[in-house]
Amino acid sequence: MRPISGHTGTGIPLRRSGVDTDQIIPSGFCRSLRKTGYQDALFATWRVDPDFVLNDPERADASVLVTGPDFGTGSSREHAVWALRDWGIGAVIAPSFGDIFWRNALRNGLLAVRVPEQATTALLDLSEAEPWTPITVDLVGQQVRASDVVADFEIDADARQRLLLGRDEIELTLGKDDLIKAYERGRPRWLPRLGQDLVRADSHD
Amino acid sequence: MGTPRTLYGKVWDRHVVDPGTADLLYVDVHLVHEATSAQAFAGLAEAEPRRGVRRPDLTLAVEDHNVPTDSLTVRDPVTLLQVGTLRQNCATHGIELYPHGHDRQGIVHVVGPELGIVQPGMSVVCGDSHTSTHGAFGALAFGVGTSDVEHVLATQTLALARAKTMAVEFVGVPPRGVQAKDLMLALLAEIGANGARGYAVEYRGEAIRNSSMEARMTICNLSIEAGARVGMIAPDEVTYEYLRDRPYAPVGDDWDAAVADWESLRTDDDATFDRVVHVDVSSLTPFVTWGTNPSQAVPLAEAVPHPDDFPDAEDRRAAERALEYMDLTPGTKMRDILVDVVFLGSCTNGRIEDLRQAAEVLRGRKIAAGVRMLVVPGSMTVRRQAEEEGLGKVFHDAGAEWRLAGCSMCLGMNPDRLAGAQRCASTSNRNYEGRQGTHARTHLVSPAVAAATAVAGHLAVPADLD
Ligand code: SF4
Repeated sequence: MRPISGHTGTGIPLRRSGVDTDQIIPSGFCRSLRKTGYQDALFATWRVDPDFVLNDPERADASVLVTGPDFGTGSSREHAVWALRDWGIGAVIAPSFGDIFWRNALRNGLLAVRVPEQATTALLDLSEAEPWTPITVDLVGQQVRASDVVADFEIDADARQRLLLGRDEIELTLGKDDLIKAYERGRPRWLPRLGQDLVRADSHD
Repeated sequence: MGTPRTLYGKVWDRHVVDPGTADLLYVDVHLVHEATSAQAFAGLAEAEPRRGVRRPDLTLAVEDHNVPTDSLTVRDPVTLLQVGTLRQNCATHGIELYPHGHDRQGIVHVVGPELGIVQPGMSVVCGDSHTSTHGAFGALAFGVGTSDVEHVLATQTLALARAKTMAVEFVGVPPRGVQAKDLMLALLAEIGANGARGYAVEYRGEAIRNSSMEARMTICNLSIEAGARVGMIAPDEVTYEYLRDRPYAPVGDDWDAAVADWESLRTDDDATFDRVVHVDVSSLTPFVTWGTNPSQAVPLAEAVPHPDDFPDAEDRRAAERALEYMDLTPGTKMRDILVDVVFLGSCTNGRIEDLRQAAEVLRGRKIAAGVRMLVVPGSMTVRRQAEEEGLGKVFHDAGAEWRLAGCSMCLGMNPDRLAGAQRCASTSNRNYEGRQGTHARTHLVSPAVAAATAVAGHLAVPADLD
């Protein structure tokens, strides 16, 4: 993953709470085997409404989604993050996120940042009134800034570091092979092991 | 004896490979299905150098989300591609797979427990949010996205920060006819759809101790609907009895050693939780949802609420939207709501006990004219058991469709979908907009309420049929 120090773009105000991942991308669109190409699936059902904010021509190039609490709850489908990213969204600002969505977002370099409700509301108001005003999510300074709205956000130190350095987490963990092996030696022997049927089937032929 | 710890703390501690701000945790079993794994396997293949699956022997794959439940043959080309990819990946990496048509196939969260693969004190991960189900065994079980699936495949570990803890104390004994589903819908109505966000929940109290493993799984399954990281229940005799003699349960000396170990998996008396919630269940009645998230629920005897009933502005707006989507008028009695379809199944309520409860209501009765009822066992094992007990015949005679195992109408990904704006009483877990079909309207209910509703044609409890 490439290093990310922040994101700046104009806003997409989505004034709703509890937007679950089934709304972000309905399940029918999650049947592809790829990680890309989901832009047309983003909010597919809601986008049928011509007044839906994503259909606003003034927001065609907007890339910062601002929304209400509990964004991305429900299904673990990472397709929700892929769809947002493929649409061109670089950051999502909300007072709170579904846990799994939040992990998925950071894994894909989509900046999902928790900003207090008051500041999110101010950003929603601002973006509705002035669609052209840029919003900056600054990962280095851990701050969201737009016009006169400024809000700090907290982020897990490890996750922040990984994003800033663009590091591959699997690579990092593979580097801890000795620790993993040591742990494996201490596991109780009664714990289940799968695939014994496969082994047996093999030894019969 | 050291610092007093919660069940969650104890199970967490025994999986730490490398402590840090996020602890690197070992994964005892990784459950995989066709809908969220393809990109993860592809990621391993595309890495430089190519990566393998570290522990295929701790990995189990099933086909459940996309498969048809009316035929043992997959015909849909997209589904064929998905299951074909999973089969190829499992063959390449030596992973045990229960494909569509296999006699152990079924929903991942039904299959794992019924084979005895999930045991107390284990850590369980799956690319599916309802992995919380397995916490019913006193396991640390949680859902993850596809990137994390790839991480687990490659390393058998995951780095996570410890969650805050919450105790949900169910107080009292629920009246007859009140089921695990009702307990959870009542809890959700009380604390809200994300009332447990960021917490690891432990369910406690007499109602839990008296409940079966099936009921416990229903309860832990719905933890994610409260936004919880995990839901857990301390193992006890009920747990051991359920596990004994299952194909993957320990045997002989190993069994004794395992039980001795499991006995230690209790929250210490003087351990504290970050939050405690009490729910009095002694006068509970069956619950049903009226809205578009699982916390928008009321007792079935009551009426559709008015948005003005909600003090919080956000809740009011959400209620207005939900009522519009559901096409419901405030004040309408829940009992007066007519349904087109009844769905009995899913990882929430597709186990044998759920089918028994529904069959008890349907026995000797017919479902209402114009109502379609799908009964979808959670696994082929459940299906066989139900047939042996004569339940399949009960469903068939009542006029319901007795189908094969899969996720079916829980999620609208396979052919089992509602058409247009059909209204459904469903034993599944999510009544989100479009979950069961693009404009579908879902009312979440328990298995007994589902069966009574099918007979009455409107939302109903079994007593309404007498
Ligand atoms: S039954 Fe529904 S909730 Fe359960 S695993 Fe399948 S799709 Fe997910």
